[in-house]
Amino acid sequence: MRRRLATFLHRHAGVRLSLLLSAPMAWLGLAYLGALAALLVTAFWSTDTFTGNLIRTFTWSNFQDLVTGEVYRTVALRSLGVAAAVTLIDLVVAFPMAFAMAKLASPRTQRWLVIAVLTPLWASYLVKAYAWRVLLSSEGILGWGYGLGATILTLSYLWLPYMILPIYAGLERLPNSLLDAAGDLGARPWRTFRTVVWPLTFPAVVAGSIFTFSLSLGDYITVKIVGGSSQLIGNVVYDNIGAANNLPFAAAVATVPVLIMLVYLSAVRRTGALENL
Amino acid sequence: MNLSRTARAALWTALGAGLAVIYLPLAVVVVNSFNADRTFGWPPPGLTLDWWGAAWRSTGMREALWTSVQAALGATAIALLLGTMAAFAVQRYAFFGRQTVSLLIVLPIALPGIVTGIALSNTFHSVLGVPLGLFTVIVGHATFCVVTVYNNVLARLRRLGVSIEEASADLGADTFTTFRLVTFPMMRSALLAGGLLSFALSFDEIIVTTFTAGAGVRTLPIWIFENLFRPNQAPVVNVVAAALIVLSVLPIWLAQRITGEASRY
Amino acid sequence: MRSTPRRLSRTLTAVAALALAAACGSTEPTGTAAPAPGSSGFTPPKIEALQSLGAGEGQVNLVAWAGYVEDGSSDPKVDWVTEFESTTGCQVNTKVAGTSDEMVNLMKTGEYDAVSASGDASLRLIAAGNVAPVNTALIPNYADVFAGLKDRPWNSVNGVSYGVPHGRGANLLMWRTDKVSPAPDSWGVVFDPNSPYKGSVTAYDSPIYIADAAVYLMATKPELGIKSPYALDDTQFQAAVDLLKQQRTIIGEYWSDYTKEIQAFKAGDTVVGTTWQVIANLAQADQAPVEVTLPKEGATGWSDTWMVAANAKHPNCAYKWLDWIISPKANAQVAEWFGEAPSNAKSCAETADPKHCDTFHATDEDYFSKVYYWTTPIPQCLDGRTDVTCKDYAEWTRAWTEIKG
Repeated sequence: MRRRLATFLHRHAGVRLSLLLSAPMAWLGLAYLGALAALLVTAFWSTDTFTGNLIRTFTWSNFQDLVTGEVYRTVALRSLGVAAAVTLIDLVVAFPMAFAMAKLASPRTQRWLVIAVLTPLWASYLVKAYAWRVLLSSEGILGWGYGLGATILTLSYLWLPYMILPIYAGLERLPNSLLDAAGDLGARPWRTFRTVVWPLTFPAVVAGSIFTFSLSLGDYITVKIVGGSSQLIGNVVYDNIGAANNLPFAAAVATVPVLIMLVYLSAVRRTGALENL
Repeated sequence: MNLSRTARAALWTALGAGLAVIYLPLAVVVVNSFNADRTFGWPPPGLTLDWWGAAWRSTGMREALWTSVQAALGATAIALLLGTMAAFAVQRYAFFGRQTVSLLIVLPIALPGIVTGIALSNTFHSVLGVPLGLFTVIVGHATFCVVTVYNNVLARLRRLGVSIEEASADLGADTFTTFRLVTFPMMRSALLAGGLLSFALSFDEIIVTTFTAGAGVRTLPIWIFENLFRPNQAPVVNVVAAALIVLSVLPIWLAQRITGEASRY
Repeated sequence: MRSTPRRLSRTLTAVAALALAAACGSTEPTGTAAPAPGSSGFTPPKIEALQSLGAGEGQVNLVAWAGYVEDGSSDPKVDWVTEFESTTGCQVNTKVAGTSDEMVNLMKTGEYDAVSASGDASLRLIAAGNVAPVNTALIPNYADVFAGLKDRPWNSVNGVSYGVPHGRGANLLMWRTDKVSPAPDSWGVVFDPNSPYKGSVTAYDSPIYIADAAVYLMATKPELGIKSPYALDDTQFQAAVDLLKQQRTIIGEYWSDYTKEIQAFKAGDTVVGTTWQVIANLAQADQAPVEVTLPKEGATGWSDTWMVAANAKHPNCAYKWLDWIISPKANAQVAEWFGEAPSNAKSCAETADPKHCDTFHATDEDYFSKVYYWTTPIPQCLDGRTDVTCKDYAEWTRAWTEIKG
């Protein structure tokens, strides 16, 4: 029986493929996309004031409010700015670190360095954010105070490992001989970096940026802890669903970060970044 | 590599400084776990072991830890299965929509957690009528964990090629035997690396968890969240974080050893 | 409605909701013809209260706020459940809810016997027929509950009691004695745009804080005619929102949890703003030079109610629990752990800290007469006006987003 099944599978690549694809596609293609679609549909509904039930009648009102409300534009742009700033800071900090790890350290040291970068991921995100609150307090070691700057700094810190790891992996795959060859052909380090290292590690960089960008775009807790009086798009979604329990409007607001990420993903898709996460 | 001495020094300095920045707040966490001040006043007015004692006695913390481990194990198991299957399909077969599969797998991690969270909670609640509980947390976590396994396995498959498997088939092994004796052993380290990252992602996740956990389900991050806002209890969370930092070195180190040795393939 | 983690973790499970439907001109909802909940013109479904108490059913399922039903798992010393279980033989199963909406949804499942509902959930539960009137004659300890908490708009309808009060507290004004002088006695200090404390003022980070502005306006702008800070028509609401937008320029940070606020006051990042009594006590215990007052304009506050499900499977155990949680000892324990005034007058003799009741003004009816307890705003004005529509909580939430900018 098993033998016959094995032979059957061996001969029929199509069946093999369907079997392999069925479960992941059912999960992500049907269930997850379905959930997103259901959320999108909800954004066109409203809620009843008295019963608190959803009113399943089509309306544009949530989107009208979203588009006409100046505050939502401000908050969306602010969130975009924060996500971009965090990604940029992480890139600038992570690249040299990853380069030193991948190309300068001995294999034994490399192993320890990877552990050193991974370890903070296990210390709870909340606890780390609170540690930054302590550091940034006017009485604290840094004493820079709270606000949008503090939020960017804290988020950059929290997501840094997610930028280092893909870049490190990308650089590790880059053969040393390629760099040597560039050098032998007379390229100075900067030129080698610009023409060889950067183009070849770019997908890894983009992969890292997907993490830092999306994690920052959806955050609503860090900004509560160190953000002073500012708010991000995540807070708007959270407040509408949590405090007011207004799922339709929250869903409408949530389409903003989704759109931003979809644009971002489709822009970077060709770089092969999606396979470097 | 032909880097000047200055360039090397600069890179090493960058690495050192970066690590210092990574560890400074962690040091604050460790110090605060001994801080006599209940709201981590800085500098600490005194040191105490009370919080370590309180954490040790807290059954709520132990339950939350166990819930988190269950959730992370469940999510990782699903992620291993789905991620491997998808990676095999994409790497070993040419088919229409191959690119879309990658995009689909990346999507849950690329979309902000709050979107995934409310989408899933809405679906469980209003569409499927599934009561929120540990199961829904596992489903939510697995959704964004698939990608870590998928990418690790994909990279490994790409490096391996198919020649060894073909040789195995030529020598008379059937599909299952080849997988068991040839393909799987070569992928073990990739699975471990992907699984570990998936476990870590799930273990510290709070946003999707907030939206998919039933009222009685408390993972460790949720427990920490609640305790930060309970007077008298806040410093206990520093103990938990400090202990986790120390404990986490072990699995990572083990995994590193295994992947490190296995990467000679 | 207030809480430790609860307020912050007011997330999720979006199903039932307060709404914006009517206000933003969307399609006509089918349910708007239903009678308005509130103080006037609102008839709850006819449900009989329990007439006599029988034997316990062996267990009771509770929906509660975090910190209300502690069995020692957070801290072995904090336990008022174990004794209840051994005395009554009713095993307690607790579901901790994160939000009022979650509470309402859980009660709708019919699996629970009792709930610690806040002012923004109690009326909804009554109106929907999810909870039954409570026969207070079957609850011996009810006699000792402070009169100021009995038969209030959020725990009774037309003189029929729907539950027993759990405890209460007020949202106070706190300041750093070394940085703020003279000692403030008015909310004006946190609303003055030219405040010398600009950048060091804090406010509670929630839409419900709009009511605090309304309380201030009630005293300072009588021409607006605000009668209840939770029943605001367009003009009144706009005035409150404008005041808060103006306040935004002097805010250092908004707060929503104990730890954050105590830390900010201790470090001096914040020198004046709203607080809870328990926060002030903790800050003082940690040697922070802070003082609190109930300003002359009055303040907002909270008072939760234990209610019994209309279709409770374990009604006898539920009644036993209601009696237990307001019994002098247990009520003292829960009040001290949570940091609020107990509801039972005799609890004051049972607190671990003999001064607890004084600190939390438990017996001071004068003090609580200036407190406007949290109630969720609904379109039907809670102050009884029928000629105008009031702003509901969904609109408060949007306004809050706009205020924070």
